[in-house]
Amino acid sequence: MSRPEGMRGSRRSLQVKFVPDEDVLRHISDDTGTKVRKDKAQLSVNVKRFVKKLENISDNEAQEILEENYVAALGICAQDPVGNGSNISGGEVYSFQTPKRSNKMAELASQLAQTPEKNVAPDDSKCPEKMAKTPQSSSNFMWAEIVWKCNLKKKEFVSSTPYRLRKRLAAPDPYLESESEYSASCSEEEDEDEQKEVSTVLSDQKTPAKIKAASTPPLRNSLAKKNKEQKMGNLVEEYFEAHSSSKVLTSDRTLQKLRKRRLDQQTLHDLLKNAPLAYAAEIRDLNQQHESLFSKWMLQLHLGFNIVLYGLGSKRDLLEKFRTSLLQDSVHLVVNGYFPSITVRSILNSITEEVLDHIGTFRSPLDQLEFITKRFKEDSSLELYVLIHNLDSQMLRGERSQQILAQLSSLPSIYLIASIDHINAPLMWDQAKLSLYNWLWYETTTFNPYVEETSYENSLLVQQSGSLALSSLMHVLHSLTLNARGIFRLLAQHQLEKKDNPSYPGLSFQDFYQQCREAFLVNSDLTLRAQLTEFRDHKLIRTKRGADGVEYLLIPVDDSTLTDFLEKEDEDV
Amino acid sequence: GCFVFKPSTKKRRLSDKIAHDFRCTSNDSEDTELRFVTCQSLWNQIKSETEKIQENLNKQLLDNLVSFLSRSHSDFQEKTTEWTCRMKFREIPTAALVLGVNVTDHDLTFRGLSDVLQDNITPYVALLEAKDCPGIKNLMQKLMGQLMKCDIDVDSLEDEDCVQVSQNRIRCSMPSLISWYDSVTKKTDSETPSKKRNSSSRHWQSPPVVVIFRDMESFTTKVLQDFIVISSQHIHELPLVLIFGIATSPMIIHRLLPHSVSSLLCIELFQSLSCKEHLSTIIDKLLLTSRFPFKLGEKVLQVLINIFLYHDFSVQNFIKGFQLCIVEHFYSQPLSVLCCHLADIKKRVYSLSHDQCENIRRLPSFRRYVEKQESGKQIELLTNDSFLKEETEKLLEDLHVYHENYVQILRCLHVFTSSLPKYPLGKQIRELHCACLENRVWETEEYESSLQLARMLNKTDLVTILQQCVEILMSSSGKEFDRAVEKLKEFLTQFQNLEEASQERDVSVSPQKELQKKTDLYHLQKTLLELKESRRSKKLTKFEMLRFEVVDYIDSLVRRYLVPADERTLQEIAYFNGAAVLRGHLNAAPRTALHTALNSPHWYLKNQALRCDGGGISNKAPDICIVYKLHLECGRLINLVDWLEAFSTVVMAAEETNADAASSDQVDDVIHARFIRAVSELELLGFIKPSKQKTDHVARLTWGGC
Repeated sequence: MSRPEGMRGSRRSLQVKFVPDEDVLRHISDDTGTKVRKDKAQLSVNVKRFVKKLENISDNEAQEILEENYVAALGICAQDPVGNGSNISGGEVYSFQTPKRSNKMAELASQLAQTPEKNVAPDDSKCPEKMAKTPQSSSNFMWAEIVWKCNLKKKEFVSSTPYRLRKRLAAPDPYLESESEYSASCSEEEDEDEQKEVSTVLSDQKTPAKIKAASTPPLRNSLAKKNKEQKMGNLVEEYFEAHSSSKVLTSDRTLQKLRKRRLDQQTLHDLLKNAPLAYAAEIRDLNQQHESLFSKWMLQLHLGFNIVLYGLGSKRDLLEKFRTSLLQDSVHLVVNGYFPSITVRSILNSITEEVLDHIGTFRSPLDQLEFITKRFKEDSSLELYVLIHNLDSQMLRGERSQQILAQLSSLPSIYLIASIDHINAPLMWDQAKLSLYNWLWYETTTFNPYVEETSYENSLLVQQSGSLALSSLMHVLHSLTLNARGIFRLLAQHQLEKKDNPSYPGLSFQDFYQQCREAFLVNSDLTLRAQLTEFRDHKLIRTKRGADGVEYLLIPVDDSTLTDFLEKEDEDV
Repeated sequence: GCFVFKPSTKKRRLSDKIAHDFRCTSNDSEDTELRFVTCQSLWNQIKSETEKIQENLNKQLLDNLVSFLSRSHSDFQEKTTEWTCRMKFREIPTAALVLGVNVTDHDLTFRGLSDVLQDNITPYVALLEAKDCPGIKNLMQKLMGQLMKCDIDVDSLEDEDCVQVSQNRIRCSMPSLISWYDSVTKKTDSETPSKKRNSSSRHWQSPPVVVIFRDMESFTTKVLQDFIVISSQHIHELPLVLIFGIATSPMIIHRLLPHSVSSLLCIELFQSLSCKEHLSTIIDKLLLTSRFPFKLGEKVLQVLINIFLYHDFSVQNFIKGFQLCIVEHFYSQPLSVLCCHLADIKKRVYSLSHDQCENIRRLPSFRRYVEKQESGKQIELLTNDSFLKEETEKLLEDLHVYHENYVQILRCLHVFTSSLPKYPLGKQIRELHCACLENRVWETEEYESSLQLARMLNKTDLVTILQQCVEILMSSSGKEFDRAVEKLKEFLTQFQNLEEASQERDVSVSPQKELQKKTDLYHLQKTLLELKESRRSKKLTKFEMLRFEVVDYIDSLVRRYLVPADERTLQEIAYFNGAAVLRGHLNAAPRTALHTALNSPHWYLKNQALRCDGGGISNKAPDICIVYKLHLECGRLINLVDWLEAFSTVVMAAEETNADAASSDQVDDVIHARFIRAVSELELLGFIKPSKQKTDHVARLTWGGC
C-alpha cells in the first residue's frame, strides 16, 4: 500500500509496502498449518511487529494482521473442491461504515457501463493511492466534507473553513453543481428554490449519459492530485465522520417523478418469466454439483446430524428435488418458512394431527412438543423428515420458535433439513440450541432467483397489497351473512373517515357496539363478539388493547384498497 | 405453509436404510458393506469409551454430592440438634454445582447425577429447566408432575387413584406437595419389610426431595426467590434439598438472590472437572492409543481443537466432530476397509479386489514407497496383485507398530518438554502431538530450543524425568523398547554413581579455597584471573557429559520413532485428512460465502464473461451482484430512483444490442422488474430494509464488503 507522505509530522518517516490482496490471501492460505502453539511461541515477535506496524500503518492493516493469525490458527484450507471462498478475511466482510459521496453510485454504474470488455475499473488503475479494499474511502471523506461545508456556506455558517478549502471552493467546480441535486434527509432544511433547482436538474439528468458526462474520470484525477495531502483519511476520523452527521445526503428524486407505473405482483411475475435467466447453464452445473450430495445428506441425517444449507440463491428447488428424489417412500413434512402466516404452532399441529393422527388440542406448544417427544420415543418405527425452507424467516426466527424447533430436531427419529438465507441467521442460535440442532453446514450457492421467497414480501417497488387483498376481502365477505357484511362496512367506513389521523388507534368495541345496535345489525354484544371472532379468524380485522384496557378494532388493509372495497360493495348492493 | 406427505408403500427398517444410503452414496462400490459395518462398530466402540471416560471423570463429583445429600438427609432422619437448629433458621440445604461454561455438556452430567441419586438416595428427584418455568406456578406444576410421576413408577400401578390425581391436576401448592409426601412416606412405613421392593429398601425411611435447577442463571430471579422463600417455610415438614447447576461462578447466587433469600440457604460448593482436562483425557484415551485403528491427521485435529478452544469449550461437540471424521473417512476412502484391527487385516487384505489393488497403487504414499524400491520389485508391486497384497499386509503391520511406538515415545518426549521453562513445544500433549504430526519435529526451532533447555536441567529433575520415561516404556506391551529401557536404567545408575563421586570431588575442591587465604592483592587478582580462565575452558564435568548423553539418546529416540505420519506408507488408510471438509461442515461461514458470491460470482459460475481482475465486477454479472455492488457505494440511505437508474445504465450497456434494437418501454419494464427482484432479494438477505425516513428510500444495514 503506497501512501503519500503523511501530513502529520510524526508520520513523515513511514515506510510503506504495497501488499496486493492476492498476496495477503496467499499468505493466509499458505499458513494453513500454523498452529496456536506456534503463535504462542512467536507471540513476542508478533507483538513487536504489531507495535511497529501500529506506528506505521493504519489500523485497518494492523487488524488484518491479527486476523491473519486467527485465520491461520483456525486452519483454513484453501484447497476446497467446491470452493466456498472461505479464505476471505473477516475485515473484508465486516468493516466500519465509511462516509460515502452521494453520486458515487451513478459513477460506478457509468464505469461499469463504459468498460464492457476490459473489466478493470479505471479508477483503481489510475489512482495508485487507493487500495482495492476501500477504494473510495479516502476520497469520499473529502467530498462529504466539501459538500457539507458547501451547504453550510449557503446558509452563511461557514466561518472556520480552512484557507485551503475556501480557495478550492471558490474555484469553479463542475462537481458541486451536480452535487446540488443532492440533499440531506432532513428535507425541511432545504430552501424552496433549491428544491426547484433539483427538479430542473432532474429533468435534465434523466438520461444516464448525462451522469457519465458529469463524472469524467480525468477531471477527477487531477482533482485527486490536488487534494493529495488532505486525502489521508484516517480510519478513525472516517468512522466519526460517518457516524456524527445525522444527515444523509441522497437525492430527492422519487419514483413518482419517474413517470413509471408501479408494477403489481402479477405483471412483475410475467415480466420476469419472459426475461431469460442469465447463466442458466452455469447455474445448472452448480446445482448438479449440489445434487450429487443428496445421498450423503441422507446418510448423515440418519446418523443423527441435521443439515442446514446456506449460500446465495434460492435453495427451494434444490430441497424440492431432494424431496422428490429421495423422500418419496417416507413420511415427510415440508414447511415453507417464508410463508407470512407460518407459526411453530402450525408446524406442531401438522405433526400431531397428520403424522401422529392425534385428535385433540394442547394447552401450549410445550405440551404439544412433549406429546410428540413421547410418541416418537415410544414408537421407534416412527420417523419423520422435516424440510424447512427459510428457517430464518420472520415468523420462525423468534427465540421460542427456534427453541421448540431445536428440541424437535434433536429427536433421533426426526430428520431436519433446512435452509437459511439471512446474513445474520446464525445469530438465532446460542450454544445450547446449536447442540440441539446438531447441524452439519453445507454451502449450496445456487444463484437461483428467490421467486417464491420474495413473493410474500411487501416490497417497496411492488404495488402494495393490490388486487389480491381486495379479491380475498370480497371473497370472504360474500360468504358471510348480510348482517355481518353490514358490520364490516360500518367498521370500514369509520376507518376511512379517520384516515387522515395517523395515530388513529381503531374503533373501540363499545362505540362499535353502539353503532351496530343503532343500525339494527346486532341485538347483544355477544352476537357482535361472535361476529368479530369470525372476522378475526379470517384475518379481516385486528384487535388491540389500548393503554386504558379498551379493545380497539382495526382493519389491517390500506386505505386505497378499503375505498375500492366500499365502491365494489356499493355496486353490488 | 406446512404440508405433510405420507407414502403409500411400506417403510423399510432403519438400519437397512443407513446401510443402503452408505451403499448408494459411495459409487466406488468397493466393499461398502464391510466398510459401513466397520465404521459403525468403530463409532460404537468410541462412543461407549467416551461415555465411560465421562462417567469416571464425574465419579468424584457425584460421590461428593451423594455424601452431602445423605448427610443432610440423615440429620432430618435422626432429628438431631443440628437439624432442629437449622430448622429454627429455616435453612434449606443446597448444593451449588459449578460446571463451567460448556453448557451443552451438562446434559450428561445431570443425567448421570439423577440416575445416581435415584439409585442411592431418594426416588424423589425433580429436574427443572429455566425454559419450562417462566413463573412460580409453572415451576410448581413441573415439580409436582415430576415428583408424582416418579412416585407412580415406584408404587407401580397398585393404586389407580394416584394416577387419577395427577391427571386431574390437583392444585399445585406447597401444602398439597407436603400431604403427598406424607402419604407416600407413610405408605412405605406401613409396608411390611417383606413386601418392600429393592428400590425402596435402598432408600431411607423418609428420603429427601431433591430439586435440581439445571441452569440457575437463566431462571427469573423472582421465581427463584419465591420458591426458596415458600419452601423454607415448609422445610420442617418436607426434607427438601436443592441443587443449583451453575455455569459461571458461585458469585451468581448472591447476585441473583438478595441477602434475605440467600440466608435461607445452607450452601455447599461442588466443582466439576474443567472441560479442558476433560478434553485432554478424551484425546489421551481416543487418539493417543493404539486401540482404535482410525487416526486423525494433523490439520483435522487442529481444526477440532480450535473449534473447541475458540468457539465452545464443548467436549460433546469435539466428539461429534470426531464422529463426522469417522463417517467421512469411511465414506470417502474406499481403502478404509483396511482400517481395522490388526487381527482382521490379513483376511481383509487377501479378499481385496483388483480395483482395490489399483486404489492402493494410486495412493501417493504408496507411490513414494514404490519409487524407493529396486526396479524388479517395482514391477512386481505394480503388476502382481498377490505380491502387492503380501506387501500391503506387511506395510499395514508396520504402520500399526509405528503407531504403538509413536505414542510411547511421544509421552516420553512430553515428560521432557512439559518440565521445561516456557514450554517451547507446548504444555499439553496434544500440542506436542500436533507438532509431531505436522512435520519432522526435530527440524523445528522449538525442538532445538527445548533440547537446549533440556541440556540445562538439574539432576533431580532429570532423574525424575528419566524414571517417568522408564515407567512409560515399561508399560508398553511390545518388546521394542527393552533396549531403550535398559539404556535409561543404565543412565539412572550412572547418575546414582555420580552422586557419590561428586561428594568426593567436593573434598578435593576445598584445598583450592584454602589458597585464597593470601591477602595479597596481586595474588588475589591473579588467582581470580586464573579461575576465570579455567571456567572458560572448563572441562565438562561428568554430570554434564552424562546429561548430554541422555539428551542425545532421547533425541535419537525421537528421530527414530516420531516420524510424521504422512511420511509413512499407506497412511491414507488410517489417517483422515479432510480438514477442509470438516471445517466447512462444522465451522461454516455463511456470511463469507454470500460475500464471495456477490462480489466475485465467477468463483461459482465458471463463465469467462464474469472473470475480471482487480476488485471490480463485470457488468455482465447476475443482477443481484450488480445491485449489491451499486448499493455499496451509498451511505445510510439509498434512493431507489438513483439505484434503478444506475442499474439500468449498467444493464443497458451490458446488453448493447438489445438496447439498440428495441429501446421501447418493453425493455425498460423488464429491467425495472429485474431491479425489483434483485432489490427484494437483497432485502430477504438482510442487506437493506425499507425506510420511512424519506420517500422511496431504503436503509442500508451493513457496512464493508467493498
